[in-house]
Amino acid sequence: MKFGVVRFPGSCDEVDALRAARRVGDAELLWHGERDLKGADAIIVPGGFSYGDYLRAGAIARFSPVMESVIAFARDGGLVLGICNGFQVLCEAKLLPGALLPNANLRFTFRQVDLDVVRGDTAFTCACGSDGGLSAHPPHSILSIPAKHSWGRYYADEQQLAALEQNGQVVLRYALGENFNGSLNDIAGVRNERGNVFGLMPHPEHAVDELTGSTDGLCIFASMRLAVEGARV
Amino acid sequence: MGLALVTDSATLPTVEDALALGLTRAEYDLICEKQGGPGGRAPNQLELAMYSLLWSEHCAYKHSKKLLRTLPTEGPKVVMGPGENAGAVDIGDGLVCAFKVESHNHPSAVEPFQGAATGVGGILRDIFAIGARPIAVLDSLRFGEPHLKSQPFPPGGRKGEKGEGEGARSRYLLDRAVAGIGHYGNSIGVPTIGGEVYFEGPYEQNCLVNAMALGIAERAQLVTSAAVGIGNTVVLFGASTGRDGIGGASVLASAELDLSHSPDQNPPLGGDSSGKGPKGHNRRSTVQVGDPFEEKKLMECSLELLGRGLLVALQDLGAAGLTSSASEMASKGEVGIDVDVANVPLREADMEPFEIMVSESQERMLCVVEPANVAAVLELCEKWEVGGAAIGTVTDTGRMRVFRGGELVGDMPVRALVDDCPLYDLEPVKPTRKPYPAPKALLPQNPPRGDAVGARDATAARGWTGGELLLALLSSPNIASRGPLFEQYDAIVQSRTVRRPGQADAAVLAIRPLGEAGVPAFSPSELNPPSRGAGGSRDPNGPVPAIAVSIDCNGRRVAADPYTGTVGAVLECASNLACVGAKPLGTTNNLNFGNPEKGHIAWQLTEAVRGLGDACRALNAPIVGGNVSLYNESPPTRASAGPIYPTPVIGMVGELPDARRAGRLGFARAGDAVAVVGPFEPSLEASELAKLWGWELPDGLPPIDVQAVAAAQAAVRDAVRAGSVTSAHDIAEGGLAVALAECCLAGNLGALVELDDDVEYLFGECSGGFVVSGDRQALEVFSGQTAVRLIGAVEGQSLRIGSQIDMTLSELGEAHAALAELFA
Repeated sequence: MKFGVVRFPGSCDEVDALRAARRVGDAELLWHGERDLKGADAIIVPGGFSYGDYLRAGAIARFSPVMESVIAFARDGGLVLGICNGFQVLCEAKLLPGALLPNANLRFTFRQVDLDVVRGDTAFTCACGSDGGLSAHPPHSILSIPAKHSWGRYYADEQQLAALEQNGQVVLRYALGENFNGSLNDIAGVRNERGNVFGLMPHPEHAVDELTGSTDGLCIFASMRLAVEGARV
Repeated sequence: MGLALVTDSATLPTVEDALALGLTRAEYDLICEKQGGPGGRAPNQLELAMYSLLWSEHCAYKHSKKLLRTLPTEGPKVVMGPGENAGAVDIGDGLVCAFKVESHNHPSAVEPFQGAATGVGGILRDIFAIGARPIAVLDSLRFGEPHLKSQPFPPGGRKGEKGEGEGARSRYLLDRAVAGIGHYGNSIGVPTIGGEVYFEGPYEQNCLVNAMALGIAERAQLVTSAAVGIGNTVVLFGASTGRDGIGGASVLASAELDLSHSPDQNPPLGGDSSGKGPKGHNRRSTVQVGDPFEEKKLMECSLELLGRGLLVALQDLGAAGLTSSASEMASKGEVGIDVDVANVPLREADMEPFEIMVSESQERMLCVVEPANVAAVLELCEKWEVGGAAIGTVTDTGRMRVFRGGELVGDMPVRALVDDCPLYDLEPVKPTRKPYPAPKALLPQNPPRGDAVGARDATAARGWTGGELLLALLSSPNIASRGPLFEQYDAIVQSRTVRRPGQADAAVLAIRPLGEAGVPAFSPSELNPPSRGAGGSRDPNGPVPAIAVSIDCNGRRVAADPYTGTVGAVLECASNLACVGAKPLGTTNNLNFGNPEKGHIAWQLTEAVRGLGDACRALNAPIVGGNVSLYNESPPTRASAGPIYPTPVIGMVGELPDARRAGRLGFARAGDAVAVVGPFEPSLEASELAKLWGWELPDGLPPIDVQAVAAAQAAVRDAVRAGSVTSAHDIAEGGLAVALAECCLAGNLGALVELDDDVEYLFGECSGGFVVSGDRQALEVFSGQTAVRLIGAVEGQSLRIGSQIDMTLSELGEAHAALAELFA
């Protein structure tokens, strides 16, 4: 199992994502100017400020050469995870529905938040069991994961939102009282209709070691491995 | 030399021009002499501009250099001392930690967002300029009183009476400075892991914004700024050069000098206050504008250039831009440098040579490259999408020569520019009158100053209980939770942060980023860390070596007693480190003071530096770098005029063998015993409570037994490392009662404390006291090493002390959250 982690100029959390992915598999950085995905089985579009977030968060990154390949990879059913800025990039690239608006408090905010796993049966949460291991998914669990962003208020129009809920595309919600950015329906993470592209604002790659506060994020990466290797069998 | 300098005496600037640029008559004469030839030679416009910058206080340290020479700068762990872009200490395993603090006070007072942002940008460049990857930022801020609505007793003693405008400027400066720090640090991927902020009247007109950065490098990969190798190429890379920042933090800011003798020249110095100029550039902001995205690319590019061994020397461009970086590189390498300004990439085509040489445009670096490597360097710049251009050559002339194409436009001896600025002796005079007015009382019914027993009786008699004093202190802006500030910073990027702000007295960072079982070997370029299993490895059950860092300075205590107050600031940092189990390795400092040409400021500075040296010697924490910011005072015509409190900001870095044992400040286990450890003999003088009461500053603080404090720190450090205490917190502003409340709030557990209702013991301040909690037997470990006094136990959901304090955690928490309103 190999993860490819995209590196844009201005990416900040790409090495953290790389290290997190390496806890469950192999991983390599992918330079934004190249189209080669180097045989990755799953792609991570990491956090940071790609291209300085100029124009609009994620708006420029989606046009980079590597994203052409990532978009094609996603269209072919490959697993793509977007974290924070990566989520914004995936929305800009129309791989995910909706958009991320400025936080309700209009400030960059860093907080450890509790997330409800709405669906434990997705390619990105199937390992998020109460034991945090690779066991069968439980119906419900809570993850403690840090969030840090200025533009994290999830927005979709009424019709889109209804469709999202109906199709079961909402994967993670902020737990009660944790929705500091004002996201609609407390949405913290959504997937596409097909289920192979997932974006979230909180940073699972920063919740993979007890020493830095939590290991709850590890299950996201473990889930992806499980999904890829399960699909191979 | 083949080219003659064109100097037409009719267009030469005069001594009056030099005076307007901040030079003295004697300094101007000395420059003429240094410029050589019989009887000397008057400098031309470009040369005078360059001299005036390099001979400014900011670059030459002419009022502080002699004092700074008294500081201890050597020790077994020191790898790089003062004089380089940043200092560095050995942290084992072939790695060093580089760190430094710098001020950006004046720009922040003009434009707090960009001032603070570029302050962070500047200090980060200092770190990667020596080949270290920046791993953390801390900041130290000072503002005037914010006049919180939630403070229980606003000035005047009654709610609702305070003027709308009062504190508005301080609140604005704080808000924008915090946003600026966050904007830069968050965007560049370096965590902001700590810092401090104080609010005091004397900072009303002169806020302080100091930023500290840390980096990690392989010892073998450190690079210096000394230009070496005659014939080597000088390459400027990063952002292009514009007119921004001309006349910025330098002496040029006040210049009204008109050097533009030719009609199509621009007003020379940007800060021209006449309001009219030939091309309308004169109202341009003198504050530099930062671009963290540009710096992020510049940082990655610099580290990759160094990682590939393509650079001979590297230096960042800060104050005085190309002028100071090129001259200082030449001075350190004892060589000359020829620069051709025609090759400098410009934002505006019509810039004059002197503008190019003094521009403070941000996000630029200067390096020395062997000619064979120039193409590879420029190619890597292209990869990272940063500009790069060969602009000069290292020569054996010992002269700094500036060309525009084939024309020589400036020619100065490097030694004269960099090393020959005269140094001045301070003339310290201990003030007979108090230089600071008594702070405005914020609590009504104040007992007379200096009468602790009277204070107890008076407060009791006037219906004040200890509980009310505790709430007033917890909501005081200097003590209230910094959470609302820290929440605006990314504290965790880079996967090293073991203790975030609010969790412990000092931030703790794992030296190697926490990764999978086979942590990749650290590589400064970190382009593509080796795959799993390759490189160095961390035993999943082995120790995790870490560093800890703290930054602190209580300016009010330094104002009361510059020597003892500064000793206290150094000890405070070391106490913070002890609470997480760290031992000091080295110290950096930023000396923020008023005008040193005044006797009483000179005395403050002299005494503070003496205290700094003594304390660092006692703790074996040598000074590896620092910065000086003088003239932080306002003209006496303004309200709240005068000098700032003397503020020698101390930053200290320590090591701890195992991050898994890093201490926490919060109580964590009901039933644990609570003890006061160390030589704790508090006094109300110069305390936070004394300030709320409006007591004037005392003339001196009680002396500190530094050895006794150091012994207590060692005892706490050892106990934390051994795991024999559950929590450790140093007793600082607000005294013991506030420290206990902070332990309760951080751990979400109450405590029952049996102590007398002694106002001085509960709220007084001193160095060397700690609150620890743990198993009662385990706390025995302190006896024999330092004083230890069991005072109670962790229990319940309220804090009870003596007969007067009985507060629930939510009451304490509400008071402690007082700063939240500033960012609502």
